[in-house]
Amino acid sequence: MTANRFVNRSDLIGILLLAVFLVVILPLCLDVFRLNLVAKYLTYAFVALGLVICWGYGGILSLGQGVFFGLGGYCMAMFLKLEASSVENTKIQSTPGIPDFMDWNQITSLPYFWRPFHSLTFTVAAIILVPAFFAFIIGAAMFKRRVGGTYFAIITQAVAAILTILIVGQQGYTGGINGMTDLRTLKGWDIRPDHAKIVLYFFEVGCLFACIFIAQFIRHSKLGRILVAMRDKEDRVRFSGYSVANFKIFAFCVAAIFSAIGGAMFALNVGFMSPSFVGIVPSIEMVIYTAVGGRLSILGAVYGTLLVNFAKTSLSESFPELWLFGLGGLFITVVLAFPNGLAGIWGDYVAPRLSSLITSRKPKNGAGWTDKSIADGAPAE
Amino acid sequence: MLIGHQPKEFLLAVEALTVSFDGFKAVNDLSFYVEENEIRVIIGPNGAGKTTVLDLICGKTKATSGSIQFRGKELTRMKENEIVQTGVGRKFQTPSIFEDLTVFENLEISYPRGRTVFGSLAFKRDAVVMDRVEEVAEMIFLKDRLQASAAELSHGQKQWLEIGMLLIQNPDLLMLDEPVAGMSVSERVKTAELLNRIIKDRSVLVIEHDMKFVEDIAHKVTVLHQGQILSEGSMDKVKNDPKVIEVYLGH
Repeated sequence: MTANRFVNRSDLIGILLLAVFLVVILPLCLDVFRLNLVAKYLTYAFVALGLVICWGYGGILSLGQGVFFGLGGYCMAMFLKLEASSVENTKIQSTPGIPDFMDWNQITSLPYFWRPFHSLTFTVAAIILVPAFFAFIIGAAMFKRRVGGTYFAIITQAVAAILTILIVGQQGYTGGINGMTDLRTLKGWDIRPDHAKIVLYFFEVGCLFACIFIAQFIRHSKLGRILVAMRDKEDRVRFSGYSVANFKIFAFCVAAIFSAIGGAMFALNVGFMSPSFVGIVPSIEMVIYTAVGGRLSILGAVYGTLLVNFAKTSLSESFPELWLFGLGGLFITVVLAFPNGLAGIWGDYVAPRLSSLITSRKPKNGAGWTDKSIADGAPAE
Repeated sequence: MLIGHQPKEFLLAVEALTVSFDGFKAVNDLSFYVEENEIRVIIGPNGAGKTTVLDLICGKTKATSGSIQFRGKELTRMKENEIVQTGVGRKFQTPSIFEDLTVFENLEISYPRGRTVFGSLAFKRDAVVMDRVEEVAEMIFLKDRLQASAAELSHGQKQWLEIGMLLIQNPDLLMLDEPVAGMSVSERVKTAELLNRIIKDRSVLVIEHDMKFVEDIAHKVTVLHQGQILSEGSMDKVKNDPKVIEVYLGH
């Protein structure tokens, strides 16, 4: 009988391999520019990770994760922007000491909701709490009324559209369509030079692994099994004495928090934040990363994100018009042919062959492969 | 009721219960009472509202009017999960189990502990839980299938698993909707034996068509017809009621 540990051996091997890949191999093989690109890709891996919990396990498809990515990103960007807009740096403005875009929009004092973002502690708390609060409100409003499935997905899309319009429209407060650019320092430490980019990359990888461990913990807890149960037979969960809505709200909030951490990392690593990472298209792209990686696989989500983004960067350079069709085609292929994504292919075809090559004496794990064991692309105990 | 006696406490008191779907009254001014440790079988022709009655009691369908009191608590105002927590368990007509989980995990989820979000995060699979799961698995003939995926079970085994999931909930009122439907003859015998064992120390409300099975277990039978009670009483009384013969048994 499997014990109730949150990381079993095969999970641990997978996590170690990913760690070696991200911490040793990539930094050794890539120059700073490419490493910074990976850092950018990995910010989406946080979103994909959240989607594994919320969509893969809980069956709640959100097509609006960009909203939370944006909320986290904007919180971080607001802090960085305020630091970059010191009186000294902005003395040529008609109102020194406020962000440049505010000055361009004839705003003469810092809006009240910007003021707390002078504090890094407040900012870090806001990165977690603001999206969690938003997700809670949306989740409570939808799930308590038993809105689910396609309807929920459409509503999340609408929220993504609304937030984009709001950000673009309120140019004086948000920087509008250009977003918040020219972010410079974090507590006086310049985030732009190469050595800072390397430090930020490792910091991000550290945060990613923290989120992976949290996701693993949730997956292996009874809550993880209830999510899977809910995805299958919601009524049976309800009539086993659980409040289905509360569990859905929880999963949605966790996904929102992960996305927001990704957004904050984006602002730090890439050095700007704009509404083009908030709306419908980026939100759907984030779902594609998860689908390609395998929506039931925590580690698959990370690999899927990296792979699709590498492909995006290289293909969109050569065939800019064709890339979006390619992405759409990839999504359809994956959903139709490989519903469990790369992790499913790994679990079904590669891993059994590998393990039979390595230990030919061991009896083969034939039948009995559940979603869960496919999940991390390695045989379960 | 005799004067001077305390009115008897019923486990379940359904009074003037009505539900209407777009004007059609599936259950119409229905009243019945279930005592502690009573086994009540509801029979009736198709469309009589039998399943709807169970849906109303467990909260799946909201009543239009009337009241359902369980141990003095009004169920019509409670949510499904709260009704379960007050001690009402429900088995559905088609086996309703979690196919993506193992038999063990199916039973474990039904174990009445850690039912809140954070409770379930902190839930530990300790010896008490494991012993109880194994004990129930043995009762439902699935002890050697604990690690199997629930999707691999046969139809009959799935029915047993769902019964097991209810058993582990340990409800005071167990509601079973056609527990032997779609089972092979040998499975039926085993199920009757299983049910006879588990209905001790609790009240049971069963919907069933198999008259032999009904005769075996029922203390009291309620015959429903067009959302109303046609007859109620012991099996013998009901069997010889001309109205029942007319609409149900005679066919």
